[in-house]
Amino acid sequence: MTQATPPAVYEPRAGRAIGRIFVSREFSVFAALAVLIIVTEVVNPRFLSAQGIKDLLLNSTIFVIMAVGQALVIITKNVDLSVGSILGLTAYGTGAVFATFPHIPLPFVFLIGIVFGAILGAINGFIVTLAGVPALVITLGTLYIFRGINNAWAGSNQYFVGNEPAEFGNMSVQTLFGIPWFALGALVIVIIFAIYMFSARSGRDLYAIGSDTDAARLFGIKVNARVVGAFVACGALTGLAGVLYASRFNSVGADTGTGFELQIVAAVVVGGVAIFGGSGTVTGAAIGAVLLTTMTGALAALNVSKFWQQAIVGVLIIAAILLDRILSIRTARKLRVSEARNV
Amino acid sequence: MTPPTAQPAPLLSLHGATKSFGAVIALSDGTIEILPGEIHALVGENGAGKSTLVKVLAGVHQPDSGRFEVDGAPVVFRSPADSKAAGISVIYQEPTLFPDLTVAENIFIGRQPRGRLGLIDRPQMRRQARELFTTLGVPIDPDRIADGLSIADQQIIEIAKAISLDAKVLVMDEPTAALSGVEVERLFAVARSLKARGAGILFISHRFDEVFDLCDRVTVMRDGAFIATHDTKDITVDGLVREMVGRDIATLYPKQDATIGDTVLSVKNLSRAGVFSDISFDVHSGEIVALAGLVGAGRTEVARAVFGIDRYDAGSVTVAGKRLRAHSPQAAIDAGMGFVPEDRRKQGLVMELSVARNATLTLRKQLARFGLIDSRRERAAAEDWTTRLQVKTGSQDLSVSTLSGGNQQKVVIAKWLATNPKLLIVDEPTRGIDVGTKSEVHRLISELAGQGIAVLMISSELPEVLGMADTILVMHEGRISARLSRAEATAEAVLKAASATPESVK
Amino acid sequence: MSETTLPVKARSNVSRLFFGRNANTVYALVLIVILASIFVPYFAGTATVSFLLIDAIPILLMAMPMALIIITGEIDLSVASTAGLSAAVMGVLFHDAHWNIVWVFVACIVVGLLCGAFNGILISTIGLPSLAVTIGTLALFRGLALVVIGDNAVADFPVDLTTWATSTIGGTGIPTFMIIVAVVVVIFGIILHFTPFGRALYALGFSKEAASFVGIRVNRSKFWLYVASGGISAFAGIFWVLRYSSAQSDSVQGLELSVVAAVLLGGVSIFGGSGGIVGVVAGVLIIRTVNYSLQLAGLPDTVLTIVTGTLLVLSVIAPSVTARIRRSAERKRSRTLIHDATAA
Repeated sequence: MTQATPPAVYEPRAGRAIGRIFVSREFSVFAALAVLIIVTEVVNPRFLSAQGIKDLLLNSTIFVIMAVGQALVIITKNVDLSVGSILGLTAYGTGAVFATFPHIPLPFVFLIGIVFGAILGAINGFIVTLAGVPALVITLGTLYIFRGINNAWAGSNQYFVGNEPAEFGNMSVQTLFGIPWFALGALVIVIIFAIYMFSARSGRDLYAIGSDTDAARLFGIKVNARVVGAFVACGALTGLAGVLYASRFNSVGADTGTGFELQIVAAVVVGGVAIFGGSGTVTGAAIGAVLLTTMTGALAALNVSKFWQQAIVGVLIIAAILLDRILSIRTARKLRVSEARNV
Repeated sequence: MTPPTAQPAPLLSLHGATKSFGAVIALSDGTIEILPGEIHALVGENGAGKSTLVKVLAGVHQPDSGRFEVDGAPVVFRSPADSKAAGISVIYQEPTLFPDLTVAENIFIGRQPRGRLGLIDRPQMRRQARELFTTLGVPIDPDRIADGLSIADQQIIEIAKAISLDAKVLVMDEPTAALSGVEVERLFAVARSLKARGAGILFISHRFDEVFDLCDRVTVMRDGAFIATHDTKDITVDGLVREMVGRDIATLYPKQDATIGDTVLSVKNLSRAGVFSDISFDVHSGEIVALAGLVGAGRTEVARAVFGIDRYDAGSVTVAGKRLRAHSPQAAIDAGMGFVPEDRRKQGLVMELSVARNATLTLRKQLARFGLIDSRRERAAAEDWTTRLQVKTGSQDLSVSTLSGGNQQKVVIAKWLATNPKLLIVDEPTRGIDVGTKSEVHRLISELAGQGIAVLMISSELPEVLGMADTILVMHEGRISARLSRAEATAEAVLKAASATPESVK
Repeated sequence: MSETTLPVKARSNVSRLFFGRNANTVYALVLIVILASIFVPYFAGTATVSFLLIDAIPILLMAMPMALIIITGEIDLSVASTAGLSAAVMGVLFHDAHWNIVWVFVACIVVGLLCGAFNGILISTIGLPSLAVTIGTLALFRGLALVVIGDNAVADFPVDLTTWATSTIGGTGIPTFMIIVAVVVVIFGIILHFTPFGRALYALGFSKEAASFVGIRVNRSKFWLYVASGGISAFAGIFWVLRYSSAQSDSVQGLELSVVAAVLLGGVSIFGGSGGIVGVVAGVLIIRTVNYSLQLAGLPDTVLTIVTGTLLVLSVIAPSVTARIRRSAERKRSRTLIHDATAA
């Protein structure tokens, strides 16, 4: 076919890809993390001792894994507030498994934890999609239901799986080149999910759903199936985190994981996942989780009262959504003026 | 163009499809037949059922009854995915892009080219997107996120998407409404090349020049029903209009004589960066001023700024000699303004509230005594205005969503008349209203002007503009491009000013 | 909401009270009370009235502004944390700073109003989503409570005040404090149902755009609702401290769930726009009655969260399920309508 006007084609400029990395949200969160670590280290040189780093990594592991799962859900414009309770149930469940089958092979324990978490996540996902009501309210409900079940199950009982069996507890202290195995495992999970979310069709569907759910439906994307999938993945990852928690921390009981949901949501939004869905990355969420954990360690190293910790979590959540808002208003205004045709 | 000599088997045919929503029958006889290698126009007034028919083809709505065949085989679409799988691709009037995804992803979502391990091959995707844009001759960055794109660019992306789908049937629901002349030409070139490849195109448009320029056949719909299909070469514009309207235009626009009095609204140099600039006009009592132009020309935006819904950057709005506080609808209402917005369902009414509550929402402060609302007075006021405007409803307590479109519009007008306004802004007052009620709404607006109310009317329907207005302001890309009196206004003059050849192509 | 049947006679406010969606909640409450009286030992008695109501007081208080906020289509998850912060401030000002108790009360309310204003500014002025903001302030206000009071517990409040807070009116078993709560409920009922502001809230909840077109100041209305929510929550916090004679950082923790559940159970739609005060009061009492009867039946407190959580989930699922049923019925009806229309 012939064209009346010579085709004006967009020519990509070189060096833009590199520029994009430096303005990305992940980079700025990472920079904030670096600044935090350096400042803390300068004030208190013991912060980055070999043991200090190991603690930091180990403590981050659980939050990083949970943050990855939560990021999937939030990207679809939903939220799972029940993750703290899911962690509690799976961690306590791990203790119960060991109590019942003291010699069970470790891979089975992990499998049981992951499947248990996935089932709880599926419950959330099905209620949310079938009833078509805001995930916030549903998962606020299941937060209490799961916690109540945990209470009923555990009563005042506690399991000390960190010591018994010893090989399970030791897993959390074994390292490779000084890096805990758990941290490496978390890193692998982040990489797998980052690739999935960036390069798999179904991963991109999650972004489309969060960006405009109705349009996604109009497009023939299986919205409900994908959203349930995100909840299941979140539950499964939280279940894995629960098993790791049982290994890392000495005791698991009725209130294990209480209040974690706030920290996880904070980590995810601080990491640049928009609370209204559609944008952000699991990498960002993971860095956000590391930042939050480091903050806790840094507060202690800087001799700040531990009582400030929760207030800081709150401030971080608000600051993160405030920042997103300001940025989006600014770009919207810029676009409105720059793209208007000779007005 | 080579009109088929022997009729080949239709790619798609729909016969006698019906669809209703609650008590509202949107489609009573949806009938269309699309042949391979033809561009088929679908015309009809707003509310004739074209969009519903499109949504049936797209699989968004499931028809209540009717025969639907693709390639000669009966089909039942349960979802848009089914329709897409059958080779039907739809471009909606309002593009539905994912604002957070890149342009390239918006084109390929769900069918991105895949490389190793089944992962998305982004360089390949980018290359394909760029190729599409080269074909279309538009400079859009495939890596840019879709958020903030102009309507025209969004439309182009929708078209690129449809082309890449290699659809057998391409349905375009008023694709040109927001496009400039050059962009329309480009779109037509693409449409003709698709036709040459044997695709069937269903083209919905309000512009007759486009219909006759581009299309081989034309189907007319009225009031949700099929009227006729013609070869475009066998029919004239007048003939089409007669079939669309079902009567002559003259009887449709009962323009009353009104004495034009003092200036009620005076807008001076109103500007909002990137939306409209340097807008000045006056509206006098008894005068109907129409704002004409293409969708996206900034007409609604001007009206919203005047009424205080949106902010403006510079200029002034004066009502009856007094400068109006910016960005305060309450101030506008207190100064005697009313606004009948374009989107009745979202902006004009609170659909779930009762007729009475809606009708008195503007009066809620006047109805209160010692701060408490007197429910008897509320009810009386609602009765009064809804009977005056002959709103047909079972009860004042029914939610307005149960009323027909025309009656809903009357409730919107009623709630403003109740405030005894000096100036009424009406934005697309007859969109989505059946023909019968339409002329009632026209008569009402004309009567109001006759009683000395100043009316600022925004309309995309040329006959409405020409039939109703005393003065016509045509907007083009955020500026007023022509001011025409009733005497000098012709369809050609308005159209020319509305799609004024842009001085600088971007 | 009225049904969409054929011409109906206009309903008076009185009949609406007995047949509307509000009324269903009231009937449900009556039914639950009757069932509990029959099947739960020791339920029927004045002791029940007093225990049941005294624990309903903080929920009832916070449910009032919450109902209005949810009707406008927003939410406030920080109510319990605001109450907790107020409790912590109360403990510290009284015990450590030795303020006069009256000034302590004033300071607590002011703290609550400021918390509400903070939410209000972020949500209405800046336009952030209320859900995310109040999750943030849920953490923030609770965190500040920790900062203020640490892990201390203040318990030496004036005995006459704490006994007054738990006293009852004569032999009725109704807590004296209920009088104040009743006044608050009536005020909120009047605001919601009989003032121009209340009318505006409904319109706002269904459609912000339509509301702004009739001159409703969307942002300002929301801002004041959050301020009211903060103030009332602080007041609930004061009551909580007096009732348990103890102020600590975790006072009132987690009560936001019961408040939201009660409001939704009371017929307020989570999507905004519909609901009424009578229903909300009934919703609060349902939650309390169910919890209290199960407590009497011997279930431990910690397990009761299952019940509250389930009630919350059911209260949001139920309307959407009934809506789906109604829609399919409507579709059937419209099909016959078409049939008639084409036959005619």
